[in-house]
Amino acid sequence: MASIEEQSKGKSDGEIRYLTPLDIETTAKKRFCRFKRAGIKYVDYKNPDFLMEFVNPQGKILPRRLTGTSLKYQRKVSQAVKRARHLALMPYVGDLLK
Amino acid sequence: MNHYETVFILNPVLSEDQIKETVKKYEDFLTSKGAEIVNKENWGLKKLAYPIQHKKSGFYHLFEYEVEGSTIDPLEVMFRRDERMMRFLTVKLDKHGVDWAKERIKRVKSSKS
Repeated sequence: MASIEEQSKGKSDGEIRYLTPLDIETTAKKRFCRFKRAGIKYVDYKNPDFLMEFVNPQGKILPRRLTGTSLKYQRKVSQAVKRARHLALMPYVGDLLK
Repeated sequence: MNHYETVFILNPVLSEDQIKETVKKYEDFLTSKGAEIVNKENWGLKKLAYPIQHKKSGFYHLFEYEVEGSTIDPLEVMFRRDERMMRFLTVKLDKHGVDWAKERIKRVKSSKS
């Protein structure tokens, strides 16, 4: 009995080796909301060049964790992108930035 | 009086005067309803990002105007009935949108002059 406890205790004291390294350093790039910083209040759906930065090469809207925009402006961006798609200023699906 | 902005795409096969006549028709309809057209833009023939009705390009027009809310429905019914019209989008501008539109007009004017 004791040995089992020792084993369990010993393991917890000793360094527990996992298969994969525990702390995976993701490069924590400081992200900021460009709309707050630039003070832009309205996302215009009429110039597709600006909206291309929020869309991946396939034409899909990038998530906030990549672009770093705040929730309020991410909604405006997604609405503007959808309007631009409706007006054929931007493709629904496409390999545009390739 | 709300502030609206309408962008519509006309069929590319139309002749020049047919386009003018169509744009004139909607303009007159708006002014007859007491609208005050703030800005009119003609982006000309532009390539579409994806084919609409098997067409690859279209004539883009932009109207920015102030009108009663009740006139938007009949306007859109006219848009739907008009077979020259490939696509249209009417957007109500909030105060940020109005400011942005003003700056945009200045920018377009300065770039043109």
